[in-house]
Amino acid sequence: MSWLDKLLPSRIKTNGASRRTVPEGVWTKCDNCNAVLYRAELMRGLEVCPKCSHHMRIGARSRLDGFLDREVRVEIGSDIKPVDKFRFRDSKKYKDRLSSACKETGENDALIVIMGSVKEIPVVAVAFEFDFMGGSMGSVVGEKFVLAVDACIDNDAPLVCFSASGGARMQEALISLFQMAKTSSALAKLSKAGLPYISVLTNPTMGGVSASIASLGDINIAEPNALIGFAGPRVIEQTVRQTLPEGFQKSEFLLEHGNIDMILDRRDMRERIASLLSMLCHSQATSKTGNG
Amino acid sequence: MNFLDFEQPIAELEAKIEELRYVDSDSKLNIHDEITKLQKRSKELTESIFSSLSAWQVSQIARHPLRPYTLDYINRLFTDFNELHGDRSFANDPAILTGIARFDGNPVAVVGHQKGRDIKERIYRNYGMPKPEGYRKALRIMQLAERFKLPVLTFIDTSGAYPGIGAEERGQSEAIARNLMAMSGLRTPIIATVIGEGGSGGALAIGVGDKLNMLQYSTYSVISPEGCASILWKNSEKAKDAAEALGVTAQRLQQLDLVDSVINEPLGGAHRDYDQTADGIRTTIKIQLNELNQLGVEALLDSRQKRLRACGFFR
Repeated sequence: MSWLDKLLPSRIKTNGASRRTVPEGVWTKCDNCNAVLYRAELMRGLEVCPKCSHHMRIGARSRLDGFLDREVRVEIGSDIKPVDKFRFRDSKKYKDRLSSACKETGENDALIVIMGSVKEIPVVAVAFEFDFMGGSMGSVVGEKFVLAVDACIDNDAPLVCFSASGGARMQEALISLFQMAKTSSALAKLSKAGLPYISVLTNPTMGGVSASIASLGDINIAEPNALIGFAGPRVIEQTVRQTLPEGFQKSEFLLEHGNIDMILDRRDMRERIASLLSMLCHSQATSKTGNG
Repeated sequence: MNFLDFEQPIAELEAKIEELRYVDSDSKLNIHDEITKLQKRSKELTESIFSSLSAWQVSQIARHPLRPYTLDYINRLFTDFNELHGDRSFANDPAILTGIARFDGNPVAVVGHQKGRDIKERIYRNYGMPKPEGYRKALRIMQLAERFKLPVLTFIDTSGAYPGIGAEERGQSEAIARNLMAMSGLRTPIIATVIGEGGSGGALAIGVGDKLNMLQYSTYSVISPEGCASILWKNSEKAKDAAEALGVTAQRLQQLDLVDSVINEPLGGAHRDYDQTADGIRTTIKIQLNELNQLGVEALLDSRQKRLRACGFFR
């Protein structure tokens, strides 16, 4: 022990080991404005940068947690698991990709379905987990989405879907393509039952998910600056051999071209969707300032 | 005849036969027997090559430049074909052909992708890659068919929906999604037949229905082998492996119960004999149409819903 150590009161003594025990990720950086942010505050703000309002990626569970009322939540189809019917193998085996995605996210697949309420309006809400193989849609996502629609019909509840997906899951080959038809056909049933469907497109929503459930909302809402489209920008650039227009396939571009109804800040989503649903479902006004 | 790489041995033999024919015509030697022998060998060789095609080889046949396209079948399968144009809001997309015609004497609606044969037509048809207006035209015709109780026959042959700036601006995703939703509840029989390439969402957008047929050497896939290779292998030259992994062939997809009927092609592929291929399609569709016409609309929709609902593998 050096003379300095002897002098210092024990309470302010530090060493390498204890310094490493400081919880990781207390501070984080905004990927857009580089502002240093307090992790807990960022989480309270639903992963939206308080400085520049950049919408960072949010996990499916945190998303639904921030959206739904605290009380009474029932998860649907959480025990459904994927199978590797094609024994697909690229540079890695599909089976291995699944187990590592499972380990990383703690989920069985890329869609979470929860029945609950938003501002006391009963609702079934589903969210894509992008960290699970890019939120890709295979058999499990398709099946869980249909179960969500069934729950809506059984409980006379509207459906809200938060999409974040690269598209169909290639490792499930043609079966994943057919999930587009399966899910869209379920939405036809929902529509026939007279129940509203609100689709929220978040960054990114591409390919087979964009070309099925995400585009079929009675109301389509996007988060700011999200990449939304059918073909990827790189593929388009290679095909048409010209520079893509400024802001191509971003939410603001889609709004301008009439493809979505509105762009909403994530922090206003709960309030605004509740307000929309209350009107579509003819229930009491949810806003305090409303006079209904 | 236009031969693919793996058909080279056949091509050489055929060239030899041609040569002998030429000799035959101006010499007194009787080489007739020799020619017959070679022709027999050529047939055997073709049979042996075509009995064990890889998924990648089948993909090449599906894209063969001489392969019959939708119009070639329309000319053979239908009478009184009237082409109907336009989506009524933006344009007419020549990459999708729609119309009404008679099949076996009865009125039907026809919807199919259309590729071009020569450079000029290929450009006109945008290489068979539809834009949103194409899918919206298809939907308009299908809804017309529903109103007037005409069965819908679709012919799938596209590498995919067009990845273009305008296509995205006009809502390529929405156009495809809308068709999937509408077709799942269309109150008239729908029979889809893949005649060449079944490329992803661009194919599915006219492919939802009561029966799905595939020609023997056609393919159907969630993504092109090249696209899959460049994403998952980070190397588009692995397309051959990707085709195998994706299981794009009619044979493989039928094993997985994803296809109702695989229609045989003539030896060497559909391009060797358009008439014979068309006959195969006619026979299959006729049987299926009879079967579907027996069902009432409600039973038809019920069974279509069940089909769609049952699709998927999970535990």
